[in-house]
Amino acid sequence: MSSNSSSENGASAAADLLRTPLFDLHVELGAKMVPFAGYDMPVQYPLGVMKEHLWTRDKAGLFDVSHMGQCLLVGASGVAHEIERMVPADIAALKDGRMRYSQLLNDAGGIRDDLMISRIGENDGREWYFLVVNGACKVADFAHIKQSIGPAFELQLLDDQALLALQGPAAVTVLEQMMPGARELAFMSIKLFETKDFGEVWVSRSGYTGEDGFELSVKADRAAALAKALLAHDDVAMIGLGARDSLRLEAGLCLYGHDLDETTSPVEGNLVWSIQKRRREEGGFPGATRIQAELRDGPARRLIGIQPQGRAPAREGAAILNEAGDEIGVVTSGGFGPTVQAPVAMGYVTLAHAKAGTPLQLVVRGKPMPAKVIKLPFVPHNYFRKPKA
Amino acid sequence: MATVYYTTDHEYVSVDGDVAAIGITEHAQEALGDIVFVEVPETGKSFAKGDDAAVVESVKAASDVFAPVAGEVVEVNGDLADNPSLVNEDAQGKAWFFKLKLSNKTELDGLMDADAYAKFVEESA
Repeated sequence: MSSNSSSENGASAAADLLRTPLFDLHVELGAKMVPFAGYDMPVQYPLGVMKEHLWTRDKAGLFDVSHMGQCLLVGASGVAHEIERMVPADIAALKDGRMRYSQLLNDAGGIRDDLMISRIGENDGREWYFLVVNGACKVADFAHIKQSIGPAFELQLLDDQALLALQGPAAVTVLEQMMPGARELAFMSIKLFETKDFGEVWVSRSGYTGEDGFELSVKADRAAALAKALLAHDDVAMIGLGARDSLRLEAGLCLYGHDLDETTSPVEGNLVWSIQKRRREEGGFPGATRIQAELRDGPARRLIGIQPQGRAPAREGAAILNEAGDEIGVVTSGGFGPTVQAPVAMGYVTLAHAKAGTPLQLVVRGKPMPAKVIKLPFVPHNYFRKPKA
Repeated sequence: MATVYYTTDHEYVSVDGDVAAIGITEHAQEALGDIVFVEVPETGKSFAKGDDAAVVESVKAASDVFAPVAGEVVEVNGDLADNPSLVNEDAQGKAWFFKLKLSNKTELDGLMDADAYAKFVEESA
C-alpha cells in the first residue's frame, strides 16, 4: 500500500518548521502533526477527520489558524482608497466594525492571495484596518502591500497575535458565556472584547466552514489559556486541518493555491459577489481591464461544484471531460464530504459547461467516471443573520 | 489454518493452501483514518508481484494496494464497496480486499511474519 497524497503522511520531522502558540496543546491532545504553510500543524486529533467534521457541523469545533498572516494597515486618511488599489472589493463603503472578503490581485487580474479586510475605525486621529491573509502567502503578501502603499501609510505585522476559529451551531452559546455580547455581533463584523483572563481579543463573526462561528485574534501568550477555556465546554472539540478542508469544500469555499492562483481571476473563481457594483463600474484595481471584460463577456472558464455519481472521490488534478470525452477542465479540490456522505469536488471548466446539471466525466485512475455540475455549496450555509428589529 | 505474512507496504497475505487473502494491516488502517472508498480488482485478473491491484481512500488521501505476490484473482470482497468503513472496523478480519491463487509460492519467503512486521512498524515510527 502506498499513499498518493503527501498531505496525509508528510513527515513532521523538519527542524525548520515554525510552531504556533498552541503547539504544546496540539501535542498534548494527541494531534497528528504535518508540515503546512511552513508550520508544524495538526491535521487531525484522535477523533479523526470524519468525526471532527461532523462534530463541527453539529456542535462547535475549535481550530488553530495562527499560521495565517495578521496585520494592521494605518494612515491619517485615505486608507480605504489605498487598499482599493490592491483589491477589487468596495472598501470605502465599509463601516466601522465591518469586514469584507476580497483578493489581492496581480497586474494581469490573477489572484496573488485572498484575504479578509476589516475596518476597525478611527483612533488617535488615524484610520485602522485589520487584514488576515493566508499563511503560505503571508511573507510575499506583506512585501507586496508594503511596496504598494504610499509613504503616508504604515503596515504593522501582528506576529505576536494567535488566531483561533470557533465554528459550528453551538459556537455562539459557548462564546457568549466567556465574552458577553458576542451573540450580538452580525455576520462579517468585528469587535474588540476586553477580557480579564485573556486580555484584548478581537472577535469577528466569520469563518471558513459555512457554519455560524467566530474568529478570535488573541495575544500569543494568552492563546493556550483561551483555547483551554473553550475546550472545557462539553460542546467544543479541537479540530484539525483535515476536517477544515472537508468543511470548507462542502461549503463551496475556495482554497488558495488550489482553487485560486496567480492565473485565475475573481470572475473565473466565481467570486463576482465579492466585487461590489461601484468597483465593477469604476475599476481602479490591478487587472481591471481583464476583469471588466470578463464581467461583460463572460470568462473563458469558471469554477464549478461537481457531484461525482459513484462513491469514488475525484482528487485535485483529475481531468474533466464533457460527455463526448473532450477535455474541458480540471478538478482543483476533491474529496469525500462527511456531511453529504458522498464525494464532492470543485474545478474549472469552459464556460459552456458551467451550468448546473451539465453532465461531465472525471478521469479517476485512467477511467472516466460520470459526474454533474451542481450549484455550490454542497451543504447550505448556516451563517448568522440578525433578525430585523 | 492460515499462515499470515506481511509486507513493508503494510499489507497482509493470509495464506490457506494455494489461495491467499490480501488486505491492509491494522496499523495501515489506523494511519489512513476514516476509509471512504475501496476499489477491488475483477475476478479472473492476473497480477505480477508489485502490480497495482486495489485502491483504498480515506477522507484526505488515495492509496494503492499492490499485489504482494503474483497470482490470479479468485474472489473479491463485495462488502467493501458499500461499506468501506469495514476496513477501519476489522482490517485483518472481515475487510480482506481480494483472494489470489498463488502462482509462485516461493515469493512468500521474501515477506515478514507477525513478529518481524511488528518490529518493522516500531522501527519506522
